[in-house]
Amino acid sequence: MVQFTLNGQTVRSTAHNSTPLLNVLANDLQINGTKFGCGKAQCSACLVMVDGNPIKSCVAPVSAVAGRTVTTLAGMKEGDKPSRLQQAFIDEQAAQCGYCTSGMVIQAQALLDRNPSPTDAEVRVALDGNLCRCGAHNRIVRAVLRAAKGA
Amino acid sequence: MQNQLPTTRRGFLKTTGYLSLAFAIPLESALSQATNAKPRLPGDLQNNRKLSAWLRVNANQTVTLLIGKVELGQGILTAVSQVCADELDIDFKRVQVISGDTALVPNEGVTAGSFSMPYCATAVQYASAEVRSILLELAAEKLNQPVANLSVQDGMILGSNGTRMAYWDLVLGESLNREATGLIKPKQPHEHRYIGQSVPRIDLTPKILGDAKFVQEHRPAGLLFGHLVRPPTYAAKLLSANVASVQKMPGVVKVVRNGSFLGVIAKREEQALAAANTLSASAKWEVEKKLPTHDGIFDWLRNTKPNRVIETKIQPRLSAEASVKTVEATYYRPYHMHASIGTSAAIATLGADGVMLIQTHSQSVFETGIAIAKMLGLEPSKVRCQHMQGAGCYGHNMADDAAADAALLAMALPGQPVRLQYTREQEHKWEPYGSAMVIQTKAGVDAAGNVLDWDLQIWSTPHGTRPGGEPGNLLSARYLEKPFAQPTPTNGGPPNYAADRNGIALYDFAGHKVLTHFITDMPVRVSSTRGLGAYANVFAIESFMDELALAANVDPLTYRLRFLKDERARDVLQKAAEKFGWHSWKNTPNRGRGIGFARYKNIAGYCAVALEVEVNPRNGRIRVIRAVAAADSGHIVNPDGVNNQIEGGLIQSLSWSLKEEVKFDDTQILSTDWNSYPILTFSEIPPVDVVLINRPGAPFLGTGEASQGPTSAALANAVFDATGVRFRRLPLTPERIKQGLDKKGTA
Repeated sequence: MVQFTLNGQTVRSTAHNSTPLLNVLANDLQINGTKFGCGKAQCSACLVMVDGNPIKSCVAPVSAVAGRTVTTLAGMKEGDKPSRLQQAFIDEQAAQCGYCTSGMVIQAQALLDRNPSPTDAEVRVALDGNLCRCGAHNRIVRAVLRAAKGA
Repeated sequence: MQNQLPTTRRGFLKTTGYLSLAFAIPLESALSQATNAKPRLPGDLQNNRKLSAWLRVNANQTVTLLIGKVELGQGILTAVSQVCADELDIDFKRVQVISGDTALVPNEGVTAGSFSMPYCATAVQYASAEVRSILLELAAEKLNQPVANLSVQDGMILGSNGTRMAYWDLVLGESLNREATGLIKPKQPHEHRYIGQSVPRIDLTPKILGDAKFVQEHRPAGLLFGHLVRPPTYAAKLLSANVASVQKMPGVVKVVRNGSFLGVIAKREEQALAAANTLSASAKWEVEKKLPTHDGIFDWLRNTKPNRVIETKIQPRLSAEASVKTVEATYYRPYHMHASIGTSAAIATLGADGVMLIQTHSQSVFETGIAIAKMLGLEPSKVRCQHMQGAGCYGHNMADDAAADAALLAMALPGQPVRLQYTREQEHKWEPYGSAMVIQTKAGVDAAGNVLDWDLQIWSTPHGTRPGGEPGNLLSARYLEKPFAQPTPTNGGPPNYAADRNGIALYDFAGHKVLTHFITDMPVRVSSTRGLGAYANVFAIESFMDELALAANVDPLTYRLRFLKDERARDVLQKAAEKFGWHSWKNTPNRGRGIGFARYKNIAGYCAVALEVEVNPRNGRIRVIRAVAAADSGHIVNPDGVNNQIEGGLIQSLSWSLKEEVKFDDTQILSTDWNSYPILTFSEIPPVDVVLINRPGAPFLGTGEASQGPTSAALANAVFDATGVRFRRLPLTPERIKQGLDKKGTA
């Protein structure tokens, strides 16, 4: 059994230790928002924050988060309100289909946590492993810069 | 609010408070049926003529808008809600959209081809205007006031004498249960409150907050998980598989084998995947080796006997003037993937009532439902598809296959919902690609370099194998014990065309001939991919225009304008050039600029793209420095939405044109993931400046596929400008550029 903190609450998973964290989050704990994209750690759609670091939940076994703190897109909200970064995504309409959004928000938040005022180029480098197919990249960069400016 | 999933029609009626009263068929409907002289109605009202099919006015002070088109990330739900709110004079927030539920909404066919604005939004516009007028007539009677004395504010009808009556208090009864007349004129642009505004997308906030439920995230109670074993090659036959031992693996509920279709259902997702992998390892297949390979495909296209040679355009030149020179070139486009970030998924449940309920992200819920029904041997009414949000959709991807496969699995376990989401490898290898194409251009020019005769020939496999009610178009149906053969695809004719979409240049040439060699053999699975043939045809036409301009020693922009009569076409070209700074641009080493133009399908949105590149001669890498697009989509409903589509299309096209090519050997597809099929990433994406030209009062024109073609040509033209080498085979990879530059150096 694996116990960890998920979006502020203690949770337990009885799934096999090797079960991908994503399956536990989505199928067992009914956490909405974290997406399956490739299952190969190539696209970052499945990112979640573990102790402040983005990790790919499609390949990370659930045992890797034992005793740790996991935050998903749904846990980024501040109470019932969007986080500053989420609000910036809304203000910039920084998506088309919205499937990659969860991973984008997690990755961008991790960037802002270590570098509160990144440049355009720094945002692009930080998000380079996050794939977007719709072509919303520039909007996403603007949203991250907007959130940084508001900090 | 959007995409609720009401469980029954009765439940739906109850929740929306619609009052259903039993009246006879309205007189005019009976009359129009008797005379059979039905008026042509605007947009999709033509085929879904009843007002009640589109709109319901609810007792809870909302309006339900029912549409057959679906949200694919293009923002259609928001745009049609804006139109509805304006025509009905209600607050935007009162509009609740239900889309893509085959049991509830009007059948609007497929959400594709940039048809949603011209067909769906236009239908919503006229239907809403007519419903407003019916509401006014009812109120006029109740208030004892002439209609001319009434006005509306957010659903409140106000009489000039101070009387009032709300939409929600009027008992509509059967008033909307009649055919639209199409005679109530929509509002004038100056009366619009929402149309023309960048209203934020109604579906985006929940997606950003993690509240929206994509079909990939739908987890009904009692859910079981399916996974499939796909054959190693397209035409493989399953000889044997160790079904018995896999059946005993942990969590496995059922192994389903039907001919060469092989799948498992398990209690947990990872158990299903493990079982499918074990099953796959044990499976023995009869395989074939007959693919032409990705390098051999162009010769294959040129040498394969076409099903038809279509005379897309034959316009002989009337003048007898002899051309002084002939310019020729051949262009190549490889197979492209849709390559959505989310793999396709569906949830299917065979209910106690015998209805197969499928949650799907299909673009064609109605036709896919019929195809699945035929595949399963069910009555069409026994399959119900409900559209839910999926990952970005850029044409016929595997959404329909996932719906069919989930249903095949669910048939084996009645009463239990079965979820299926493909692995990345399955999606990459088995989705229908955008067809490879060869385009040969030839022009006879006069002494000033002007085109006298324009001759373009296209070689292509099909661009449309959507389900269309035919089980043989569903991938797995071809592998069943009693297989369904894939119907021979046809090439869509005018005005939309398919392989030859945008094959006819919009330029005014005296002699103009376009032939399409339509090949129906399909060594590689193909279907509609954003823009169909337009992407490659515009790449060829607009590259060739630059080659002709060069031969004539004329600036490429000036050269285009010589042959372009359409004022709106001229406007987007000039606007893009102006914003780019075309005339003041200074050449520096290794830098180049390029321009490209098309009016999508020659009937939808206009778009011109100008961009600047830097080519590194050492390694052949292209850096796109910046891009500008100018677009005219007619009357703009949501400027930010149009902007998003134009920019997104431009970036996707840069990805196709710089990087993408489906690789395959003589046996199988080799592009199986994001490493073997890379796409453009953040640090490679240029700033994009989009200029919109609004045409208030003009028809809505589709936008989603307008920028791909112009972008590819602008890129190749800019690379030529930077290097002096013309590249005619896509994608423009560093290896190819380096090779071309080396050849030039030694030439």
